[in-house]
Amino acid sequence: MPDTGYLPKEKVKDFIRELAKDAIVHVPCLEGETVVFRPFSEDRELCLERPANTPPKSIIYPQSETLFSFEHKKDPEDHQKMSVELKVDIDAPGTVIFGARPCDARGFVIYDRVFIDTDTPDPYYKKRRENTLVVTLSCAAPFPGCFCVGVGGSPAGKEGTDAMLTEIAGGYIVEPVTEKGKAILNKPMVEDGSTRLKDAQQAQQKAHEAVKNPFAGGMPNISPELFDADPFWEQALSKCVSCGACTYLCPTCYCFNITDEQVYGKGERIRSWDACMFFHFTLEASTHNPRPTKFQRFKNRVGHKFVYYPEKYEGAIACCGCGRCIRYCPVSVDISEIVNDLGGGGKKEQQPAGSAKND
Amino acid sequence: MSTEKVKEAIAKVLPDVETVICWQGGFDAIHATPCFVSSPEQIDKVIWSPLCAQNLASYLPSMKKKVGIVVKGCDSRTIVQYMQEGLIDREKVVIIGIPCTGVVSVKKILKEIGHEAVLDASFDGSGSITVRTPKGEKTLAIADVCPDKCRTCQYPTPLVYDHLAGDPITSDKPKESVYQDIREFDAKTLEERKAYWEKELDRCIRCYACRNACPMCVCQDSCIAETREPHWISQKLSLQEKFMFHMIHALHLAGRCVECGECDRVCPMDIPVSKMKKKINAEMKELFNYETGVNPDDKPPMFTFNVDEVKIKEHKL
Repeated sequence: MPDTGYLPKEKVKDFIRELAKDAIVHVPCLEGETVVFRPFSEDRELCLERPANTPPKSIIYPQSETLFSFEHKKDPEDHQKMSVELKVDIDAPGTVIFGARPCDARGFVIYDRVFIDTDTPDPYYKKRRENTLVVTLSCAAPFPGCFCVGVGGSPAGKEGTDAMLTEIAGGYIVEPVTEKGKAILNKPMVEDGSTRLKDAQQAQQKAHEAVKNPFAGGMPNISPELFDADPFWEQALSKCVSCGACTYLCPTCYCFNITDEQVYGKGERIRSWDACMFFHFTLEASTHNPRPTKFQRFKNRVGHKFVYYPEKYEGAIACCGCGRCIRYCPVSVDISEIVNDLGGGGKKEQQPAGSAKND
Repeated sequence: MSTEKVKEAIAKVLPDVETVICWQGGFDAIHATPCFVSSPEQIDKVIWSPLCAQNLASYLPSMKKKVGIVVKGCDSRTIVQYMQEGLIDREKVVIIGIPCTGVVSVKKILKEIGHEAVLDASFDGSGSITVRTPKGEKTLAIADVCPDKCRTCQYPTPLVYDHLAGDPITSDKPKESVYQDIREFDAKTLEERKAYWEKELDRCIRCYACRNACPMCVCQDSCIAETREPHWISQKLSLQEKFMFHMIHALHLAGRCVECGECDRVCPMDIPVSKMKKKINAEMKELFNYETGVNPDDKPPMFTFNVDEVKIKEHKL
């Protein structure tokens, strides 16, 4: 069996159908003007032209999930005695994420360190992650706000990916990355792509060079003094409206909240995404909030990704540079600009930003 | 309507205020971003162009000191509404008004250029924008890529201002056109409308950008979306919960929504949430003959109670 496959463009849908025989295949679909991951079905309109508005993170790490259900029961013999019945059901069917971007896949690696590679792995995340095959599509060109190369990624980076597709004339080169990914080369639609691998590599190289690196020194370098200076955050974030768009669209944000929702003695314990942009993040029962302002909360967002996480995980940055938080921010807060300014060095080379003016 | 006039006005106002809220260039050539100018040397980076779509008036209620603000006609309705509801102290706001002939919607431009990265963009001064991407150049008429609100704009010149940067202009759009889209939508059957909203709201990720960008959302950190006692909205991610939030958002804005369109503009999932609010506004106009944000002396109908509402026929029963 060859190491590299080739998937002709006209066979992409057949290929997805083939994968869908024994797994739920999530594919990027066009809905109105947005691209969202949806379980494949014939009526969906596939969109591989641009990254999805929302990353595929919720497929493995749902925005809201029931950890367990519970029911308080009275002992029929002795009504003074109560017992609690717990039911755990981890919903983790065989899944394929098809058409994620390399930055999206890299997000899962950032989660893996937290949820799997620890003494107390998270059974929910772990089971889903293990049951999911990630087939990424490398990017041919950067999209608005992208900066993956600045955080050690690449438009054809393979971290977190099981197999990668790269578009070339007429179709896609399929490069397996893991053993799990190798299996897809056996699918009948996939031809031998060995001789055209170099075309894909050229395209990948070209894409890599086209992505801007916003950081003056190549990699983010945060000055501890500036990081702890309140005026810096007040100046940089006056415009922030404290919504959760940046965090909920982020492939690497993983803060969550746990809530018991019950009616009388019966209910569910729910884990749902939290967002450090919201006032209620870290609001304590005493009503004290250690991060009462948006400035402190945004500092947490930057700190978590560029300071605290790297300290804990051997320098790994918890940002994959997908650019969604920049692209979709209601007020165009640019995290790459903020991190660059935190370096304390020279300003990044200005793009012709907002150069569109009236004559 | 030039950047220079706006800059001159800012320079004039600045000595009297803590900061002037205006726009500057954003992360690429089709994005503007808010700019808080507090010293003369910062005036250089100020821009005024059809990129300046954001309604900056939303920042006013959170400002503690006297500030200056640059507003378009549509944005000025927010200030008028704030005055009606007592949400700002007019004495502490210096308004620089700009007569505006229409802004652009970044979403509509991105659609036209296939969501490519933008290398450069320029306006030709005669109503079009030319956007350059790695795939080439495209010239678009602003009228084709403007937010829907511009198509029916009744107030191109601010309704309230202290300085006007430019000559006043009047609207050439028929008054009846404002709620035309709502009337068309109303003509659909209940099932069609339900299916429409189910499809649209299904994409909601509950980021609450629509709420936080809304100038008239005043509950702030006590929003029903997050209160735990009572726990109005479940943490479960069901369509029902999303519906609940958006319906309450719309109802809280009955006779208050100034139709600035910020909720549509900021939605990362491109959900036309402003349509609900506009629908309710259309009803308010019909029932109370009230239009939001046009006269500082008006009282929003939900702020008062009249036994005899002339346009509600039940009052004669």
